[in-house]
Amino acid sequence: MTVLVAGVVAARLGVNQYYYFAAYVVLQYIVLATAWNILGGYTGYVNFGTPAFFALGAYTAIVLIKSVKAPLAAQLVAGAAVAGVLGFAIGYLTLRLRGVFFSIATLALAVVLQTMFINWDYAGGARGITLARPAVGPLGASYVEFLFVVMLGLAVVAVATARWIEGSWIGRGLAAIRDNEEAAECMGVPTLRLKLVATTVSGVLMGLAGAPFPYYLTFVEPTSVFDLNYAVNSLAMPMIGGSTTWIGPVIGAVLLGTAQQVAMVTISSALNLLLVGLILVAFVILAPEGIVGLVQRLARRRGGGA
Amino acid sequence: MRVETLLEVQDVTKRFGGFQALGAVNLHVRQGERFGLIGPNGSGKTTLINCISGTLKTDAGRIVFAGQEITGLPAHRRTRLGIARSFQIPKPFVSMTVLQNLMIPVEYSGRGHGDGVVDEAMGILEMMGLAAKAHAPSAALTQIEMRKLELARAMAARPRLLVSDEAMAGLSSAEVDDILAILFELNQRGITIIMIEHIMRAVMRFSERIAVLDAGEKIAEGAPDEILANPRVEKAYLGE
Repeated sequence: MTVLVAGVVAARLGVNQYYYFAAYVVLQYIVLATAWNILGGYTGYVNFGTPAFFALGAYTAIVLIKSVKAPLAAQLVAGAAVAGVLGFAIGYLTLRLRGVFFSIATLALAVVLQTMFINWDYAGGARGITLARPAVGPLGASYVEFLFVVMLGLAVVAVATARWIEGSWIGRGLAAIRDNEEAAECMGVPTLRLKLVATTVSGVLMGLAGAPFPYYLTFVEPTSVFDLNYAVNSLAMPMIGGSTTWIGPVIGAVLLGTAQQVAMVTISSALNLLLVGLILVAFVILAPEGIVGLVQRLARRRGGGA
Repeated sequence: MRVETLLEVQDVTKRFGGFQALGAVNLHVRQGERFGLIGPNGSGKTTLINCISGTLKTDAGRIVFAGQEITGLPAHRRTRLGIARSFQIPKPFVSMTVLQNLMIPVEYSGRGHGDGVVDEAMGILEMMGLAAKAHAPSAALTQIEMRKLELARAMAARPRLLVSDEAMAGLSSAEVDDILAILFELNQRGITIIMIEHIMRAVMRFSERIAVLDAGEKIAEGAPDEILANPRVEKAYLGE
């Protein structure tokens, strides 16, 4: 709640519009990384298909804008619902696949969906689609500022959801699945059902992140919403931050997201993925449990020494 | 006194591709019994256990537990009905402490998620002699502690039937006695136990009845001394 209020106040202070654009992207990554982590970090199922869920949220919004000029709230709800259904369906179809086979299936999903949207003229096809964004948002703020506050709200919702799951019996069941799925099932954990909860919640949150995207950029084409960046970042951020706790993806998204925004302005936009790749490699080798794990390890050492 | 059948395995068959792992196996385990299951390596013991606990689907045949057919049920439902198992190769939840490892079955075996979960888990750890290790990471346990954790987790599911899959493999003889004492104690409390074991001294001492598997077939069943005297069993283990 305090975060939200601070965000609204910041939005009213009238800083340079660019900062809202940049902050929006970082917040969007907090949502995506948190969503990814519910399935990838808590449950141990690595999803390479983030762009599929994100794009589905965005395209649902596009269809709603184009057909009935639906308001943003409706776009969010519908985007979340459609991506959630996809999450459930993918979960049902592929969760009998373990490990790397699940990951390959999610990668294929993104490719298949991208091909579909390239060939769907109504939503712009390969050429993309331009949308007119409302000039002003509620309370007289610019629409970009409004979108920033909306994304901030979504980030709070995503993190709160992840935090709740982590501390509940659901989270403990997911951790058991991650550690040893067969043992978990034999201890009474309904593994299939819990995995479906994870894929669905993860899908809903990713769809939420994607739904405001058409109004944010006002131009959407398949290559931009199915960007490899989303797949790589939503995986790299939790791994860099620490994938077993809710704070890990937040730390990773803030650090990596900000670094990318800075690099994009000061160096070049093409360098972003290289940057992510190098940082990820460094972390996998030096701190496989991410920043959170690193801090815990240091704290333990200090505690042990004292 | 009428002796009730707790577990009934009827003509259970399992193939892996062209390999017949189990060919129409029948077993009856009575309520409260200590039942031994032995056989040479690759004879299908673990496959049979997987079919009973539900981690493998049977190709044919029926499994009835406490009067209820469970053949098509997923493993977690069977656990809630009262079938628990330990694994031959310990499969601890490595990111959790010993206590957290036990909280999973305590919470998920059908009692809900409220208070008392920690107390119940601690109670089981005390019974198993693992209480001192409650807050240790499960990955840091010794071999014998790991075996005890396997049994403790199975117990935490409050089973009526406990299947112990080679809980003693690789342990010293004092440690074997330790585990045996625990299993006797559990049986005293009314839990039916199926023990799969290669350590003959332990199975023979523990079991009231023993079934012998060889190449997916049950070749003998009876009291320990009958099994020892059975020429087919000797042949299965030692060859012609």
